[in-house]
Amino acid sequence: MAGLDRIARTFLLTELLGGLATTLRYMFKPKATLNYPYEKGALSPRFRGEHALRRYPNGEERCIACKLCEAVCPAEAITIEAEPREDGSRRTTRYDIDMTKCIYCGLCEEACPVDAIVEGPNYEFATETREELMYNKDKLLANGDRWEAVLARRIELDAPYR
Amino acid sequence: MSDIVLRDDIPEVLQPDQEGAGRSVRTVEIDSHSLNFGPQHPSAHGVLRLVLEMDGEVVARAVPHIGLLHRGTEKLIEYKTYMKALPYFDRLDYVSPMCEEQAFALATEKLLGIDIPERAKWIRVMFAEITRVLNHLLNITSFGLDAGALTPALWGYEEREKLLEFYEAASGARFHANYFRPGGVARDLPAGLEDRIAAWAEDFPRFIDDLEAMLTGNRIWKQRTVGIGVFTSEQALAWGFSGPCLRASGVPWDLRRSQPYDNYHKVEFNVPVARNGDCYDRYLVRVAEMRESVRIIQQSLRAIEPGPVKIQDNKISPPSRREMKRSMEALIHHFKLFTEGYHVPPGATYTAVESPKGEFGVYLVADGSNRPYRCKIRPTGFAHLQAMDELSRRHMLADAVAIIGSLDLVFGEIDR
Repeated sequence: MAGLDRIARTFLLTELLGGLATTLRYMFKPKATLNYPYEKGALSPRFRGEHALRRYPNGEERCIACKLCEAVCPAEAITIEAEPREDGSRRTTRYDIDMTKCIYCGLCEEACPVDAIVEGPNYEFATETREELMYNKDKLLANGDRWEAVLARRIELDAPYR
Repeated sequence: MSDIVLRDDIPEVLQPDQEGAGRSVRTVEIDSHSLNFGPQHPSAHGVLRLVLEMDGEVVARAVPHIGLLHRGTEKLIEYKTYMKALPYFDRLDYVSPMCEEQAFALATEKLLGIDIPERAKWIRVMFAEITRVLNHLLNITSFGLDAGALTPALWGYEEREKLLEFYEAASGARFHANYFRPGGVARDLPAGLEDRIAAWAEDFPRFIDDLEAMLTGNRIWKQRTVGIGVFTSEQALAWGFSGPCLRASGVPWDLRRSQPYDNYHKVEFNVPVARNGDCYDRYLVRVAEMRESVRIIQQSLRAIEPGPVKIQDNKISPPSRREMKRSMEALIHHFKLFTEGYHVPPGATYTAVESPKGEFGVYLVADGSNRPYRCKIRPTGFAHLQAMDELSRRHMLADAVAIIGSLDLVFGEIDR
């Protein structure tokens, strides 16, 4: 009987037709694809994308050149030089991130005691040349200014967990 | 070596003369040619360069050439603090990042002699199983792709996307999570994530059914995999197999069961074992493991309770930000941790976890400083790859592709 069953299955192509029925069912399911770049998937507040240096609401830069991010960076992508400013406060004179070295582990953001260096929600920063990925302080501060509203919101949302 | 055939239909004039016979001169015809498979071949699963000595269309010998993705991870880790070494583990087996992290975190915890909070253990178990599903989904579907089944790959990516969203919600990255830390996990799960995972776990078994409808009974799939690359349990043990490849050969060995870590002793699950040890059985074991993973995820979700997610010792895990901003002592701990790290007492440990591919182990030697003295990584795929010659011998070229697919090779960990 089992043999007969097997022969029947072989000649009736049951498993192939069953598979085709499944694919046909999937054809009429709602599409899961997004029309990128016009549609984008949702990101969590923890997403680790392009870096930014933030400022305080009064325009003063947050970074105090404690160099914790430089020390903790596993890829050694961050370079900082610092000197006291004219008004006596300690600030960076150089803050470079080599984005080609960076592994986006998020340790710099975790280490920063003043929430100055953050990894933002931006993941669309591909460039044509390698040089453009050597970010300096101006570029990072500009990123911070551009994304500040989103960055502040993200930190607020994730604050209970940090 | 290649098959050397001494031909007896060679004309007499070409035969060595009788006087020369003493000088051991023979005329041989080597009937083989070598074929370079990879490293850019899509079904080489990464950067495998396989030099195949072919006898017609039959593989006489398969020589894997490795090292194209060698990054010196083990040596680099010797120069990093324990916290900085962790992201390197994501990049070993980049298809199952969190399981690799777990091995390193467990090894460090063992050397430190600490026990992590219960909630952290459950989160680890849950995400390790999510990782297992992620890995098996990619392996099964790309294995299908190697054998000509395109549809499961498209579906599998959609399902993987959902899991990567959980990864992203918990850790902030879709692949290189940096989430399991020595002493617990980086951050607590965001509100609502547990419900999302529960909803997914409810639906996922139906997807496995659909996946099986496409492959398990399919005659083309069976023709490509049944009886291909057969390994007996003795052979599998002798070649150092582990994980689904070993269990497909009939050895019921699973580190989650035999030496449980984190909270695996508190969950109920079956260890699927197959009998024949061919490519088809390796596929079946993986499918069955996905179902078991869903069970474990559901049990973890039931057992998980609010509480701390990292050890409450600020010498090892950083203080919370609120505390750090208020208390001088916490600030000092914060600075010490992120610059110097923590010192691990001298000792050595070999700690292995059941990664989706098999036994992934870390041999860690600490000398009392803040960096590992030595970190040897036992990759899973290495043992599987070395059996490639034995597995594919006297198989057709197309079967070699199926065998590579069934072994679940990832070159990040093989080349390290």
